[in-house]
Amino acid sequence: MKPPRFEYAAPHKTDEAVALLSQHGDRAKVLAGGQSLVPLLNFRLARPEVLVDVNRVAELAYVRPLESGVAIGALTRQHTVERADVIRARLPIVAAACRLIGHLPIRHRGTIGGSLAHADPASELPAVMVALEAELTVTRRGSRRTLPAEQFFTGMLTTALAPDELLTEVRVPGLPPRTGSAFIEIARRAGDFALVGIAALVTLDDGGRVTRARLALCGAGPMPVRAREAERVLVGERPDGRVLDEAAEKIAAATDPPSDIHASAAFRKKLARHLGRQAIELAVRRAGGGS
Amino acid sequence: MKRSVSVISLTVSGVRHEVAVEPRRLLVDCLRDDLGLTGTHIGCEHGVCGTCTVLVDGESVRSCLMLAVQADGATITTVEGLATDGALDPLQQAFREAQGLQCGFCTPGMLLLAWELLRDHPSPSEAEIREAISANLCRCTGYQGIVDAVQLAAERHAVAAGAAR
Repeated sequence: MKPPRFEYAAPHKTDEAVALLSQHGDRAKVLAGGQSLVPLLNFRLARPEVLVDVNRVAELAYVRPLESGVAIGALTRQHTVERADVIRARLPIVAAACRLIGHLPIRHRGTIGGSLAHADPASELPAVMVALEAELTVTRRGSRRTLPAEQFFTGMLTTALAPDELLTEVRVPGLPPRTGSAFIEIARRAGDFALVGIAALVTLDDGGRVTRARLALCGAGPMPVRAREAERVLVGERPDGRVLDEAAEKIAAATDPPSDIHASAAFRKKLARHLGRQAIELAVRRAGGGS
Repeated sequence: MKRSVSVISLTVSGVRHEVAVEPRRLLVDCLRDDLGLTGTHIGCEHGVCGTCTVLVDGESVRSCLMLAVQADGATITTVEGLATDGALDPLQQAFREAQGLQCGFCTPGMLLLAWELLRDHPSPSEAEIREAISANLCRCTGYQGIVDAVQLAAERHAVAAGAAR
């Protein structure tokens, strides 16, 4: 079908965009890359009265190295992030996850902020940002606030964003030395939404013991799932056979996946266990540990 | 704030157009219905099949997931822009010879995906070709003929580049 009628504004500045959101409140919807919103408009599942198109707000498209970590403007295209040198060098897990988002034509348009604000539980970036403990900057007219990724996601397709707020920046803190990372997922076909995916970050000490672990999954519940119990199992241990088995069990236990035509909940749990173990092993190897 | 029609300017396959569109006009419908460029096909209208793929400022996008007003000022390449003076682009020629199409419905989108791939990666592996074209659906060929066609075009390009050296 075709989109319903709407009023349309294409501001050039963040200030103008948030002024429009403040003026129109929940009558308005933000259009970023449009790879989820335009299908919803075409299906007429979304019928905003006002569309605030932020694609011309050039000041929100950047990848900037911080002293430690990286700041990513919310409008930065996924394909730009995937190729950015500073991302590849400092946060290869973000590049790896972006590469798994849909297909190239989708990543050319799709934005970092759009993917996070849409908060599809099967999508990669929310889980990765939860694992990385990213800080999300949210701007409204005259003020801004920052919240941890984990608090940003509040439920299925739901975030802490108020109708007059715009997600403007994602700040990813630097990783400790000797940290390895991995993002892996299983999808039925290349480019499909993952049945389950997992982000793993593991930091080792000189003796090869885990000092820090961060694990978060997509496709495993109504929002990104952080597997804290599994992280606790790893810390202080050498990540080998028994410890990995136990961590993998805890990962599966942390999930509450959906059943749909693509996979049953039980199968997704099984995948979470196997993928979780693989992701930890890969992260450990990249941290310079393991056998 | 615009609700009614506004005039946008698009350069499509080298030709500049000014066209009046409602904000809700999809780029694909603007190309087909307003500009009469029906080479771009429309299939699913929700970003799954990829048949409406065009290049906007040199990058592949699904024109059913973009509003025409968003393309104001952009340079667009559609399948109409591939041939030169009535002669098929080498990629189109390869599709013809290697049977990279049957019914032809997915062909415009496949051509633009493959054209972009060969522009950015002139000697792609089979896996890279398959990954690139996995963005779009074809229900006739089983994809093998399309992969063969892209490989054929890449080989000919390599031979031509070698001869030119």
